[in-house]
Amino acid sequence: MRIGHFKETYVSDQAVFATATSRFWLGILFALLLLFPFVAGDYLLFMANLAGITIIGAVGLNILTGFAGQISLGHAAFIGVGGYTAAILATRFNLPFLICLPLSGLMAAFFGIIVGGPSLRLKGLYLCIATLAAQLILEFVFVHWESVTGGIRGINLSPPEICGYVLDNDFKYYFLTLAMVILCVTAARNLFRTRVGRAFIAIRDRDISAELMGINLLRYKLYAFAVSSFMAGLSGCLWVNFLKTVTPEHFPLMESVRYLAMIIVGGMGSILGSIFGAIFMTIVPEAISTVLGLLVNTFPTAMSFLFPLQQVIFGLLIVIFLVFEPHGLAEIWRRIKNYFHLWPFEH
Amino acid sequence: MDIFLQLIASGLLVGGIYALIALGFVLIYKATNIINFATGEFMMIGAYIFYSLTVYLKLSPYAGFPLVIVCAALLGTLVERLILRHMLGQPNISIIMVTIGLSSILLGIAEIIWGSDFRSLPPLFPRKPIIIGEVVLRSNLFYGFLMAIAVVVIFMLLFKYAKIGVAMRATANDQMAAFSMGINVKTMFTISWAFGTIAASLGGIIIGNIGGVQPTLGHIGLKIFPIVILGGLDSVGGAVLGGFIVGIVENLAGGYLDPYFHGGVKDLAPFVVLILILLIKPYGLFGTKEIERL
Repeated sequence: MRIGHFKETYVSDQAVFATATSRFWLGILFALLLLFPFVAGDYLLFMANLAGITIIGAVGLNILTGFAGQISLGHAAFIGVGGYTAAILATRFNLPFLICLPLSGLMAAFFGIIVGGPSLRLKGLYLCIATLAAQLILEFVFVHWESVTGGIRGINLSPPEICGYVLDNDFKYYFLTLAMVILCVTAARNLFRTRVGRAFIAIRDRDISAELMGINLLRYKLYAFAVSSFMAGLSGCLWVNFLKTVTPEHFPLMESVRYLAMIIVGGMGSILGSIFGAIFMTIVPEAISTVLGLLVNTFPTAMSFLFPLQQVIFGLLIVIFLVFEPHGLAEIWRRIKNYFHLWPFEH
Repeated sequence: MDIFLQLIASGLLVGGIYALIALGFVLIYKATNIINFATGEFMMIGAYIFYSLTVYLKLSPYAGFPLVIVCAALLGTLVERLILRHMLGQPNISIIMVTIGLSSILLGIAEIIWGSDFRSLPPLFPRKPIIIGEVVLRSNLFYGFLMAIAVVVIFMLLFKYAKIGVAMRATANDQMAAFSMGINVKTMFTISWAFGTIAASLGGIIIGNIGGVQPTLGHIGLKIFPIVILGGLDSVGGAVLGGFIVGIVENLAGGYLDPYFHGGVKDLAPFVVLILILLIKPYGLFGTKEIERL
């Protein structure tokens, strides 16, 4: 809450960017994001693309788990469905990228609805385990349906082309990723100003109460699964076109867990939190390997600890955030902002 | 026909071992309502501790087992006191994620301490295969099964007759009532974690004795979910039955379907059965139906 800023109408209460100050900073951020690729090196661009693609997936999962309260351990599989759809449409049917993109989202949404179908009868832990089963079954299909998915060898793609413009390097791809991230984040943020979004939140808070208030549980749970998997599908399509290859090992159960970790570290039920979480979880493994890389000179065996150490730190991050900061990075960010709103008068 | 009998028989034996691991899971769930995704990693740690005691310290297996039980109880207690106690009353997702984080930590630590190489435990049982009629059973599977069943029976007797077991059942049944009868509910949580960890690590030693020990041993822990869902999350008897069903289903699926799919069906089949059962009975075969009130 900003001092001297009064919300006098519902419109101003619901506004995404309530004050001129926040619009100003958003403009600055946008300008910086546009300038970023011109100053950043190849490595940073690669990481930025990865982070952007991950953000779309994380926003999708947060809609389902953070806002609608349905725990999913199958998010990576939905990303995989999107990725495989994109790869198959592009290589077998030679469809242009701009058609593949929404189609892979729709295909993932379709699978999401199938998996979400039992969600009316299955609740909480039982639903969570059903999505775990879906993840393992889809993984099996990716590996074993060789005539379509190419088995463990996967499928290779050529770089995507938009209106005759070939996105063949990270620099060009960055703008596509940026545009998609802005589109998805804006869509997600606005979703929660609508009837559907409020229904999701009501279901999360107490599904029986929501039903009593006239919310059709099955329909809105399926909406949540569909929207969430749609974004997962978009993320998968972008990911596959970025790496120009798709193999089953990109979508293991561990990846689903990583996405859950992202929204927990970032902040559940917060779009901003998904963004923070996705960026954080993309940077941390790289930071660990950089630090270990520096230690190699003094301890030659340091690199052999890379994988187990990443595992330990990944686990510690989840546990520490859940125990000490359950609302995640978004809450820390809010506290920092509040501090500066009131500065220098802290109380 | 003898292939069929053979598959059923080894399925039963594996199922008995699964039942023990599932027991480790259900013990914790029943008392504390916590889905423990780290059960597999407790198994792995138990097997590694046993390995260190018998190979590095050259203790006999008879000394190894009690020591592993003590270590497992300590680990379970520590985990409960340091991490899970803080999560009381948090939403499901947080608790699930904490145990997933825990499994990741344990996996990493095991790999740092013992490396990712494959280790084999010292032989615990006579090597001669057991032959019943036309069915040939691997000896370590057979004796492992006997051991697992013995442990399961001991745990069940403990629940039925020992004071501590009755207190645990009371806590699982109704925390408020148990508390007002003078049972220390928090201690019961700790004890459930200790017991659950003990059951899981004994299961880990048996599995490790059959297939060797590796950090990825814990992946077997995923199979717990079809087992306990089949039986219902909070039913000990259901977990045992679920263990047998899953053991047999995966052996039959592995034996008959794997050649057509180039492998992998064995691990997948229980999950397909799981989905089918959940569609028909949303709380598993023997699970308590949750009655929700506003």
